[in-house]
Amino acid sequence: MTQTSIPTRTPQRVLGEPIDRVDGHVKTTGAAQYSGDHLYPDLAHAALVHATVPRARITHIDTTAADSLPGVHAVITHHNAPRLQPPPKPTLLNLPTLAAGTSVNYLNTDEVHWNGQPVAVVVADSLDIAREAAQRIRVTYEELPATVDFEQEEPNAVPQKNSALSDGGGKKGDAVAALKSADVSVDLRFSTPMQHHNAIEPHTTTAVWNGKALTVHDGTQHIDWTRRHLALRFKLPLNDVRVISTFVGGAFGGKTNVWAGTILAVVAAKVTGRPVKLALSREGVYRTTGGRTPSTQRVALGADADGQLTALIHTSVTQMGRVGGYAEQVVSQSRHLYDAENILVQQHQLTLDSIANGVMRAPGESIGSFALEAAMDELAHRLDLDPIELRMRNEPDRNPMDGKLFARRGLREAYARGAERFRWADRTPEPRSMRDGRWLVGTGVATAFHPAWVFPANVTMRLSADGDVLVRCGFHEMGMGAATAFTQVTAHALRVPLDSVRIEYGDSDLPIGPGAGGSAQTASVSRAILDAAAKLKKDLAALARRNNTSPDEAPATILSRAGRTHHEVAVGADRGIGRLAGQVRFMSTLLRERRKYVKAACGAQFCEVRVDSDTGEVRVTRWLGVFDIGTVVNAKTAASQLRGGIVMGIGAALGEETLVDGHTGRIVNANLAEYHVPVHADVPRIDIECLGDPDPTMPLGVLGAGEVGIVGVAGAIANAVHHATGLRVRDLPITLDKLL
Amino acid sequence: MRRFTYVTANTVTDAVKTKATTPNAKYLGGGTNLVDLIRADIEHPDTLIDITRLPLADVEEISTGAVRIGALTRNSHAAAHPLIRTRYPVLTQAILAGASGQLRNMATVGGNLLQRTRCHYFYDTAAPCNKRSPGEGCAALNGGYTRNHAVLGTSRNCIATHPSDMAVALAALDAVVETESAEGNRRIPIEDFHKPPGETPYSETTLGENELITAIELPVLPPARNSRYRKVRDRSSYAFALVSVAAALETENGRITNARLALGGVGTHPWRARTAESVLKGAPATESTFREAAEAELSTATLLPDNAFKAPLAVRTITATLTSLT
Ligand SMILES: Cc1cc2nc3c(=O)[nH]c(=O)nc-3n(C[C@H](O)[C@H](O)[C@H](O)COP(=O)(O)OP(=O)(O)OC[C@H]3O[C@@H](n4cnc5c(N)ncnc54)[C@H](O)[C@@H]3O)c2cc1C
Repeated sequence: MTQTSIPTRTPQRVLGEPIDRVDGHVKTTGAAQYSGDHLYPDLAHAALVHATVPRARITHIDTTAADSLPGVHAVITHHNAPRLQPPPKPTLLNLPTLAAGTSVNYLNTDEVHWNGQPVAVVVADSLDIAREAAQRIRVTYEELPATVDFEQEEPNAVPQKNSALSDGGGKKGDAVAALKSADVSVDLRFSTPMQHHNAIEPHTTTAVWNGKALTVHDGTQHIDWTRRHLALRFKLPLNDVRVISTFVGGAFGGKTNVWAGTILAVVAAKVTGRPVKLALSREGVYRTTGGRTPSTQRVALGADADGQLTALIHTSVTQMGRVGGYAEQVVSQSRHLYDAENILVQQHQLTLDSIANGVMRAPGESIGSFALEAAMDELAHRLDLDPIELRMRNEPDRNPMDGKLFARRGLREAYARGAERFRWADRTPEPRSMRDGRWLVGTGVATAFHPAWVFPANVTMRLSADGDVLVRCGFHEMGMGAATAFTQVTAHALRVPLDSVRIEYGDSDLPIGPGAGGSAQTASVSRAILDAAAKLKKDLAALARRNNTSPDEAPATILSRAGRTHHEVAVGADRGIGRLAGQVRFMSTLLRERRKYVKAACGAQFCEVRVDSDTGEVRVTRWLGVFDIGTVVNAKTAASQLRGGIVMGIGAALGEETLVDGHTGRIVNANLAEYHVPVHADVPRIDIECLGDPDPTMPLGVLGAGEVGIVGVAGAIANAVHHATGLRVRDLPITLDKLL
Repeated sequence: MRRFTYVTANTVTDAVKTKATTPNAKYLGGGTNLVDLIRADIEHPDTLIDITRLPLADVEEISTGAVRIGALTRNSHAAAHPLIRTRYPVLTQAILAGASGQLRNMATVGGNLLQRTRCHYFYDTAAPCNKRSPGEGCAALNGGYTRNHAVLGTSRNCIATHPSDMAVALAALDAVVETESAEGNRRIPIEDFHKPPGETPYSETTLGENELITAIELPVLPPARNSRYRKVRDRSSYAFALVSVAAALETENGRITNARLALGGVGTHPWRARTAESVLKGAPATESTFREAAEAELSTATLLPDNAFKAPLAVRTITATLTSLT
């Protein structure tokens, strides 16, 4: 080792800098190992057989044609599958129980609960053989009556009750009466379709049994939940289960839960005694992992003649599966955005014989904001007020619903900055008044809002005498640049050079990290890193004192004077009483803080669209998003997260729709040719600006950037389309047939 | 994916002979449709005869002045060829409006003509489909999703749309499909090549079981120099047509002397708009003529609630496309 490399490592400003990704090289060269890249000797491949009916009992499975194919090792059905423990009942008292995607004990039952449920697994020498064998399996069903049509079932939706962490409804004053007596009002119905995440990497699991111990490479957003879930289902001591998830090829919420593929890969490996890779086909992802629920929404707004809101009503209906799912928080932002005197929000759910609905980027806000922001635009139009002006007149000082404090709120600034940079004032307000040849041109705005969370994170931090720092934490890298950000946070906290920091992540052998959800990973792990750094510094100071060294000496010097090669500190406990205490502390802090503050990232979305006057084709031609995400840890990766959210929002606005056959409950466009995500030509240059001021109540001031970018996008586009054409489309996606 | 035997043919005679003597064999062009269909358990050939090495991969002018495109010419190559770009711009535009760059680099013009419908239910073996399994019924007509389905040339058995963009331009251009088989050569006018579903939706073309497409011939057609393909779809690129229009127009002193019009996205086969053409011929080249012609063509459309928008969309797109050619 050369000594000369150390002095060149001079500390630099690291927080907020657009540092290149630390894993950029391995990803672009293909060296990064994703869950399907672990080519164990003797690796076998698995393929699923999906039910073709929505609700039934399996009366017969004919596997003879599959069994007889050369290269097939096992055909596993409910007749011969090993018995598993049933999925636990989800409870907030034990958060990892939320991991189960559905309540179905796959291949341990002859019952079919949705069209697409896995009913058999084939394990073979190659993927091709496995898939061919899967196609040869014939399943006979006794069909049972099923409820699969959202629209038909809508009248049977039930109001959601309030629970500790999820509010079904709420009110302030009498919004119904206020709406009636308002000077100006709108009362509108909106709908949004089912959507799927469509991460580039379909869910993939490689499962390896080593005697009684299990190692699983799984693209997951929650290593700890996955590990605990597998231990429970396969009745294993927790220490015998290792989950490795070094790189995840995108997830967007779709890999938060443990879906069938993960479980069945482990089953397949158990039955065959070989390492098994189960990579879902794209169709398999649609059939076995839950997408975003469809919704119908009502937004009614009343205002006085000056545009001061007197009534805000937002209600929603969403779907859950009879086998699981959760109440989508569609109306959540309507408690926080506008200073209405009277507010009424209420969510409803209906239950279908479908797979459980899943969380997808900004669950709730993404679709709820479409309705709210489009309704605000309609109200502005009625009032003959500029839509930004209407929002500013109703921008609250405190949380409108209950008067809680905003920890930080940069919306006024975001709109002011955005309006200037976008040249908002250049528009002529009348709809259909701007044209460029055959294109009708329009501009629109909408507000983005996403709550900020902090979850427990355990880390260890180790300083070596040569100045190297190693941080270990089982967090998740799904493309957002997590390892890069935490390298920066560590370098910042310890005032050491970036290249002296190494981060280990993505493995259940590491201290337990937070799930990658709720845009909370950066804040959560940052807090643990800051705590660890403080501990480390304190320990070093003590060490210095003991050895009569000045505490101002370089850490390496302090260590070597003390005769130490390294010093390590830990934050948080992974097991035992320490873990329990940590959870209790987390819950009580969470509840205490939630009583006091509303914490959220927010932003202003500006867009320009062009609509073909003959055909109704919509093209988004300009985009500017100005966001308040608190502290920006890395300007490049933060902007990419926000941009990615906007691209996904453009998809939701203009094309994405999972089509479910109303008779069979079967998804009919389970592929990327017919489920229309945006292509490059659909996405304009996207300008991003972050206000950058820290949130005083959040670790490092970070509010989170992963989800807020998608929020408001569909609303801004719908508003721009109205400005261009004079037409209101209240049902997503805004396809051209709705504009003819 | 079902296993199959793979063989290559080096000459046309070799290909035709192998096909005639091998049970349950299929020609393999670029494979961009056939391989997908095998994966989806819809086509089940035992043998694939790779014909991409046949010397039929170029575009040339023949003595009559017509242009011949070899059946194995890749879509990208055909679209980029100067003879096509200058004489038949509508064809270049149609090909480039289809699929993606990668797919067009693989796809052959013969395979493009024979690509099968993208009807969701045709692709899902869990759904009944008369095209896939004769007599099984039709999930689309039985209350399924029909937004992408055809409104012209439909039958009570099938309303699946023909997905090709290229074939729509060929229909407008009066192309001729040349084939070869053990029985000899044939020339099939493009309008006689694809069949409406009628009572036999599984039978899609007039091509014989073992017949090999060797070339597509484009006749001398001066009006084609003033031609355009306009494709309307759900995103900017990489989506099948909701409506597409291939049009060529020749005018003299404000009157239409020659008009060619074909439609995609609306027909069960590439739709030559003969009714509209007869309205156009000799009429003044004005927007109102174009609209009248378009409406006449769509007047026979069979609409369902989901796809009813295609009629007005087609009228608007035809009118706009013809107007842009004046
Ligand atoms: C995702 C996706 C999107 C697409 N989008 C579009 C689109 O927007 N517009 C569009 O027009 N198309 C689109 N396509 C379809 C594409 O154009 C066709 O797949 C392609 O043209 C088929 O050509 P190929 O050579 O690959 O045919 P193959 O798949 O090789 O063959 C297709 C059929 O033709 C037969 N065949 C091939 N050559 C001959 C021959 N010379 N003689 C006799 N029989 C022959 C084969 O036996 C087979 O039955 C898309 C395809 C995909 C996968």
